[in-house]
Amino acid sequence: MSAPLTSLDRPNSYIGRSVPRPNAKRLLAGRGRYISDLRLPRMLYAAFLRSPHAHAKIVSINTDEARALEGVHLVAIGADLAKICAPWTGTLDHFKGMTSAPQLPLPLDRVVWAGQAVVAVVAESRAIAEDALELIEVDYEDLLAVVDIDSARDAGGPVINPGSANNTCFRAQLDNGTVDDAFAHAAHVVEEEFSFGRHTAVTLEPRAIVADYDPAAGALTVHHATQTPYQFQDLYSRHYGIPEARVRVIATDIGGSFGMKLHVYHEDMAVVGLSILLGRPVKYVADRIESFVSDIHARDHRVRARMALDAKGEILAMDVLDLTAIGAFSTYPRTSVVEGNQVIRLMGAPYRFKNYRASLEVIFQNKVQTSQYRAVGHPIACAVTERLVDMAAAKVGLDPFAIRAQNFIADDAYPQTSPTGYRFEALSHQASLKRLHELMNYDGLRAEQADLRKRGVYRGIGIAAFVEITNPSPAFYGVGGARISSQDGAILSLTPSGEVRCLISVTEQGQGTEAIINQIVADQLGLGQEHVKVITGDTEVTPHGGATWACRGAGIGGETALQATRLLKRNILEIAALILQEQPSALDIIDGELVDAGTRNQRMPISEIARIAYFRSDTLPPGTQAQLTVSHHFAPQGYPFAFTNGIQGCSLEVDVETGFIKMLKHFIVEDCGRVINPMLVDEQLRGGIVQGLGAALFEECRYSETGQLVNGSLADYLVPMPTEMPDIVIAHVETPTADTVLGAKGVGEAGTAAASACVLNAVNDAIAPFDATINSIPITPVKVLKALKRF
Amino acid sequence: MSGFDETLLDDADETVRVRFIVNGRKVACEVAPRETLVDCLRNTLELTGTHAGCEMGACGACLVQLDGRAVHSCLMFAVQADGAAINTIEGLTESGVIADLQAEFHRRNALQCGFCTPGMLVNAHELLLQVAQPSREEIRDALSGNYCRCTGYEAIVDAIDAVAKARSEGGGAT
Ligand code: FES
Ligand code: FES
Repeated sequence: MSAPLTSLDRPNSYIGRSVPRPNAKRLLAGRGRYISDLRLPRMLYAAFLRSPHAHAKIVSINTDEARALEGVHLVAIGADLAKICAPWTGTLDHFKGMTSAPQLPLPLDRVVWAGQAVVAVVAESRAIAEDALELIEVDYEDLLAVVDIDSARDAGGPVINPGSANNTCFRAQLDNGTVDDAFAHAAHVVEEEFSFGRHTAVTLEPRAIVADYDPAAGALTVHHATQTPYQFQDLYSRHYGIPEARVRVIATDIGGSFGMKLHVYHEDMAVVGLSILLGRPVKYVADRIESFVSDIHARDHRVRARMALDAKGEILAMDVLDLTAIGAFSTYPRTSVVEGNQVIRLMGAPYRFKNYRASLEVIFQNKVQTSQYRAVGHPIACAVTERLVDMAAAKVGLDPFAIRAQNFIADDAYPQTSPTGYRFEALSHQASLKRLHELMNYDGLRAEQADLRKRGVYRGIGIAAFVEITNPSPAFYGVGGARISSQDGAILSLTPSGEVRCLISVTEQGQGTEAIINQIVADQLGLGQEHVKVITGDTEVTPHGGATWACRGAGIGGETALQATRLLKRNILEIAALILQEQPSALDIIDGELVDAGTRNQRMPISEIARIAYFRSDTLPPGTQAQLTVSHHFAPQGYPFAFTNGIQGCSLEVDVETGFIKMLKHFIVEDCGRVINPMLVDEQLRGGIVQGLGAALFEECRYSETGQLVNGSLADYLVPMPTEMPDIVIAHVETPTADTVLGAKGVGEAGTAAASACVLNAVNDAIAPFDATINSIPITPVKVLKALKRF
Repeated sequence: MSGFDETLLDDADETVRVRFIVNGRKVACEVAPRETLVDCLRNTLELTGTHAGCEMGACGACLVQLDGRAVHSCLMFAVQADGAAINTIEGLTESGVIADLQAEFHRRNALQCGFCTPGMLVNAHELLLQVAQPSREEIRDALSGNYCRCTGYEAIVDAIDAVAKARSEGGGAT
């Protein structure tokens, strides 16, 4: 069945074509419908008083004056919401032994990070609500705060969760092969300690939610800027005891998410409770400072790793210790240990070696929670692995391309199981490496670098290979007891006028989900793209599914749409065959017309089939019931994940006087299987790379010794802006997965996965003449100057 | 009578009447002195195409055209804009002056979530009014205060570049 998926010359062959997104025109005209734009009749506004302390006891709260303020409708503290909201715990069963304290929308007696919401005010405007916050008095008793990895692990130091023996959330160990033996007999060993700062998603639209509880109907509607409406429907239902069918979650346009908006936030849960208490719609939009102190952060890892090689530069073993500090709780419902788990399992993924040992320690501290953000764990595993490979290359005397060519698992050697426990169906590291070499004109760059060095200009060239996890099966969350679906559902109808409407569970955050579903449906049915309408993001309308995260939209959602369309087409052809007195197999659909399959001669428009079926069923043979709506679900089977791979390269210049790094050009060769829309794939890669470059060079949530976030604004927290970012050159290798007809895998995280590794290698390459090295991300000018001993 | 305490209303009542020409039409509204222009546009005038991303002049999401120049509507109180002529993304769309930019952004997918897009378009429009043939560096420079988390910027630069070329060839991009 793969032939029809690639031929671009027949009509309606949209799979593989760069068509613009139909839904983007609204956004260009300023007609987006973001939750932050929403205003409902009788709507009230919530604001939160936040803890100034990283760790403190709440002694007393006085809200009398705030309650008395004109325009204030409700002031709620922890106990008020605890009466109606069941607590949640961010653990999953398959992470054996993990712990986390129960959480409530607002704390009862203790605050555990600076910025935690403590009191909620609901008023007629946000301004009044904020005025009221200033009238609230909270008496705290300061407790010792745990703000770094070392003090969190100190035996006898402060413990964040009362009743726990220590600050450990989770530990895991992997041990395969004979690691000690491999190191004992290695010709070369390279070893380094790496640190990865905290950064955060900084979506341009902050988190936004409008909860609307109707006490008369006992029904809750939540307009929620999220990737995962079904997950939240389930959570709001269970934690507030409202039957699932009476909870509706609507996710309209969303100003960016990248994983950040699929977690449970205390404020969001509180807003639902506030609406229930008031029986009126309540809106909350985080402002930028609130985003910085309450959105999940990501990374915050310290990794010690070593690699053993033989005399020829063959990788023999890796040994890894990952310490990661996650905040005072593990995030719900996806936990905060997935990143660490993926770090230790993605290590060394492109390479052929058998001996691997890793320990992971996930630690609590008094900061906001970390959790899944774009490319979960990948940038860390990739940077550690790829930097060690470069260090090894230097030691053995090999070029970075040569050592990789020598050690990659051969493209024809798949399937493979990694020593970390992942099963890879088919990857293309060798082909990608070759392609990158030409794409970046590697030899030319090296020659230029050598020339410039003579003139005191220090350019660096870096490459980094990666493996990305996409299309997750229930092995990801389902097996751990999370009610997070790995299947998707679609409902497809031929409308009375012969158009197609597709309701599907995957969601849109601007990556083009609706566009690619539209392409798949139009392609598979044989219809002009403009006659297909795709609807997403409303639990009352679209069938239950996983929605969009972990790069599953194209692979799983796309396959769901493909299979559903084929069912609808079969049904249309059956009715058409009855009307035209033919065998269904003798007919086909092209451009909305029924044609003879052999000659392509037009017989009748499908709108005519629809007209007859809907309005003149009396003319159909007795016993015929036309089924012009189909519903279909698809869950991935076969491999637990569809892994993708690729390699990035970059060229940059380090100013050794100032420590500034100028990105000159970035390159990526990527293999995400079947490409449905090349333009959208490329834009995912570019956007992902720039997020990765932000992490590599600028982005870090900095904390004071007392656990205060000191750079919580867009003036102080540096994000990548247009002037600093390079142009990005892209090439593809296509290795479709055989697990689906469509053959697509994910691509959303590939850019972010390796960008920081690539920059790390390039900066180290640039400063190599000074015998200086850097092992810490972000690579700020200060770190560069320190490495050069000039600061 | 209700025994209503008049002083309760003193503070809540303090508003100022401002008048602007917004998207070619005269409007008058009552605003609180502390209300920013972006809040007034979005809430009072329901022009939600203008966005707020940082409320401190760092992200460019709130750019509008005010008396012909691109201005951060988050950095201005509504009362300061009294008497000004303001064009928002809605007005610029309706008048067709940025139709070629919009078409080129669409064709090249120079937007994902679209939250930065109105500000990008307002800024791109201003740039092309001032510099007919900006280089790619000049385009990147002009956008240096427009944050986009989704696109990686290149397609935006490409789109503006293409429109500049098309405009100076006299044809327009659409
Ligand atoms: S909201 Fe005005 S610049 Fe960010
Ligand atoms: S398109 Fe999302 S912020 Fe620019």
